[in-house]
Amino acid sequence: MSVNKDKIRNFCIIAHIDHGKSTLADRLLEKTNSVALRDMTEQILDDMDLERERGITIKAHAVKLNYKADDGDEYVLNLIDTPGHVDFNYEVSRSLAACEGAILIVDATQGVEAQTLANTYLALDHDLEIVPVINKIDLPSADADRVAKEVEDVIGLDCSEAPRISAKTGENVEQVLEQIVKYIPAPEADDNLPCRALIFDSVYDSYKGVIVYVRIKEGKIKPGDTMRLMATGAEFTIVETGYMRAQAPEPCPELSAGEVGYITASIKTVGDARVGDTITTARNPASEPLPGYRKVNPMVFCGIYPADGADYENLRDALEKLQLNDAALSFEPETSGALGFGFRCGFLGLLHLEIIQERLEREYDLDLVTTVPSVIYKINMTDGSQIMIDNPTHYPDPANIASCEEPFTDAHIYSPSEYVGTIMDLCQERRGIFINMDYITPSRVDIHYELPLNEIIYNFFDSLKSRTKGYASFDYEIKDYRESKLVKLDVLLNGDAVDALSFIIHADNAYAKARKIAEKLKDNIPRQMFEIPIQIGIGGKIIARETVKAMRKDVLAKCYGGDITRKKKLLEKQKEGKKRMRHFGTVEVPQEAFMAVLKLNDDN
Amino acid sequence: MMITDNIGLYIHIPFCRSKCPYCNFYSVGCNSELINKYKSKIIDTVKESPYCFDTVYFGGGTPSSIGSSALAEIIGYINHTDNCEITVECNPRDISEQAGEKFFYELADAGVNRVSIGLQSAVDSERRMLGRVSGKKEALKGIENAKNAGINNISLDLMIGIPEQTPASLEESLKYCADAGVKHISAYILKIEDGTFFAKNKAKYNLPDEDAVAEMYLQTVDYLDKTGFRQYEISNFAVPGYESKHNLKYWNCEEYLGIGPGAHSFINGKRFYYNSSLTDFINNSPPVDDGPGGNEEEYIMLRLRLKDGVDFALFDKSFSHPLPDSFFDYALYLSNNGFAKISDTGISLTPEGFLISNKIIFELIERL
Repeated sequence: MSVNKDKIRNFCIIAHIDHGKSTLADRLLEKTNSVALRDMTEQILDDMDLERERGITIKAHAVKLNYKADDGDEYVLNLIDTPGHVDFNYEVSRSLAACEGAILIVDATQGVEAQTLANTYLALDHDLEIVPVINKIDLPSADADRVAKEVEDVIGLDCSEAPRISAKTGENVEQVLEQIVKYIPAPEADDNLPCRALIFDSVYDSYKGVIVYVRIKEGKIKPGDTMRLMATGAEFTIVETGYMRAQAPEPCPELSAGEVGYITASIKTVGDARVGDTITTARNPASEPLPGYRKVNPMVFCGIYPADGADYENLRDALEKLQLNDAALSFEPETSGALGFGFRCGFLGLLHLEIIQERLEREYDLDLVTTVPSVIYKINMTDGSQIMIDNPTHYPDPANIASCEEPFTDAHIYSPSEYVGTIMDLCQERRGIFINMDYITPSRVDIHYELPLNEIIYNFFDSLKSRTKGYASFDYEIKDYRESKLVKLDVLLNGDAVDALSFIIHADNAYAKARKIAEKLKDNIPRQMFEIPIQIGIGGKIIARETVKAMRKDVLAKCYGGDITRKKKLLEKQKEGKKRMRHFGTVEVPQEAFMAVLKLNDDN
Repeated sequence: MMITDNIGLYIHIPFCRSKCPYCNFYSVGCNSELINKYKSKIIDTVKESPYCFDTVYFGGGTPSSIGSSALAEIIGYINHTDNCEITVECNPRDISEQAGEKFFYELADAGVNRVSIGLQSAVDSERRMLGRVSGKKEALKGIENAKNAGINNISLDLMIGIPEQTPASLEESLKYCADAGVKHISAYILKIEDGTFFAKNKAKYNLPDEDAVAEMYLQTVDYLDKTGFRQYEISNFAVPGYESKHNLKYWNCEEYLGIGPGAHSFINGKRFYYNSSLTDFINNSPPVDDGPGGNEEEYIMLRLRLKDGVDFALFDKSFSHPLPDSFFDYALYLSNNGFAKISDTGISLTPEGFLISNKIIFELIERL
């Protein structure tokens, strides 16, 4: 079956968070009759509950649309959705590499934001044709002219023909479809070359195994072929090829150059078909893989423990299942003196961590205790060796440390200019190094800082949002490792160190942080039968202390016949409460205390 | 049906002249038509009962609010033993003055031999805080009236942890009680129950904090001990020999029948209760099953409320197996920290232990 390659358009939609990417995607589906109107639930591409709640797309998806253009021809439009958060930058870049063009949505009420720029530059890096679209013209505060000019000034894109639309109401959405056909080039595709297919996403399905989403760059591939993954050399026999439709996959006899589709081949985990890898055929292999593959490495680590030790196996199963779908998630067993058996997990960033944690709790019904997140530190020892640690528990004896290094990021913050002062205060508090500041328009600035990653992972983004009433946006990438004055804070309860509450922190912040941790613990540890000293120390030196007074009164004073039921209920409640407690020696610490310490930030 | 063992009887009188701001027991306003209907229903239920009772307790609500004639009429239908303890809870305002004298004469004639008076505090400002209109003078008069009628077994209720209460004001109340010529004192720590006026207006009241309340409780135990009232339960003190026989049944895990909305029963190893609805009760709504009772957990939970605590030999006999080692380990820990006394024969809590008995009992039961 031959497809007219001239009539294929492969594109994605890029935008800053909440500028309307998913809504426009829905509208495109609707306008091309890909989904019956009655089946439309809002934002059909974001099919995880979490995605819909957080208003972000976590995993990319793709869908094939048929569109009859004004020129009378039938076109195949392959819409590749992209994740919209810095944690998933690499996945975004692979999705972009599968396209020839991108629709850039800019919110007519807000203008250019951090990820508008970051994603545009990423798209330009991949030589994509960019079609700007001004969205949300239905809102009273929309100023399409101003925003169009901003896009022209800041990004240098011609906006004279940019459709001005409302993805919400569907107004002018047809113009977007026409511009896709008109401006985005058809793929350059040669069916006769050895097959090279780019994996831009993969999803685990319990019936079919991993479903690999691919863009065929060259050649063809069909069921029965033996496919080879060029990064790992692993081979699988293809079971099915097909196109992604809005509501169900549609098997097809083969996928050929220029097309976007899926492959199943009884692959057991997404780790075997990693995003960015190239698929070729074993019989006629390509000599070179497509450029750009790299294995994504976790940047943020934390311990995840079941609140109830009996759930350890369930937690392992759940992590394994999530990993089937998420090659960026890493985990290995770890034991904590305080928390028992659990896992050290690695994430792309804090959002990734929160998403995994929430999915574990919601989809797998697990009660978890999560330790303070950490980055990877390089420790240079006095004997000349270097160790990498992602867990404060492994922090060596300070006497043997020659120096420590921590990861730094290149960070850009885009904000209305009136918030420059407060943003710079925040970055300064977070040990940022000011690089420069550009006025992208007279009223908007791009503030460029170098920030330590470990300062970003403690609620930096939340603080930024609250200080700027939500107007600032933020983007970062890892830059390098730098020498830093780091110390490890130990938390002692009733004289016993609680390994799960250890922190690695810059020496200058140690005292302030120690005091805050002590206060938070005091507020969140309920009184117990004896007085509990809380001490925070560096090495053997105590730098902060608080005391939880002994419990004096916990009694049901009036207990007559009728009260026995009540008393029993009280016992049940205590039992439930106890389940959520962690035991450190004789001290019971509720999960909330961990969370309170974890959520410590400079704004409260 | 022939029942050989005597059991306790609790009759709930769910009527009050006004609702106290701390109370979450079931009660409705006084309405003579309703009271009559209720009385008939109680009498019907009592008549149907196959048991013989050796204790009877009228609780509330405010039993005194329905008047002595109604109470006496009900008692007339109760099948009870000759030396049966019959208690009526009274509000001071119903029993002072001359009416009070007549009230007690009628009750005494009907067989009532114990009264419990809801004094709460001897400090008038504290009483007003608790929604009590009558003062300590009325209470004293009430006591005199009861004694004149021949009822000498009198109990006073006190409350610890009232807004604005101090060790000094508490001492005033304690002294008043000790000097009042009564045989029994119940001293409850005020608990702010959900849904009460106090709970809704907590911020407006100057409530003593946890530590202050604990100190006042210990002060109470100490004061009453010195004045001849022996503590026999977390909140109960008596001149030896005057402990409440009826209430001891609860804590000793013995049987009792409860009649009236919200009243609980424990008979033949089964617990059941009536819904807290006067209408349901009058309309013959049957009691609700509350599962089995009298197991080890309940036994430990209830017995540890008593100053005498748990007797090891008695436990072995009742449950045909000894307590586990982990129980003893924890008991030892408690005793080393001053929360319990442990001997060869049993374990009991100290006043410090009573104060945190929820926690202690929970931990001990976890180890059964």
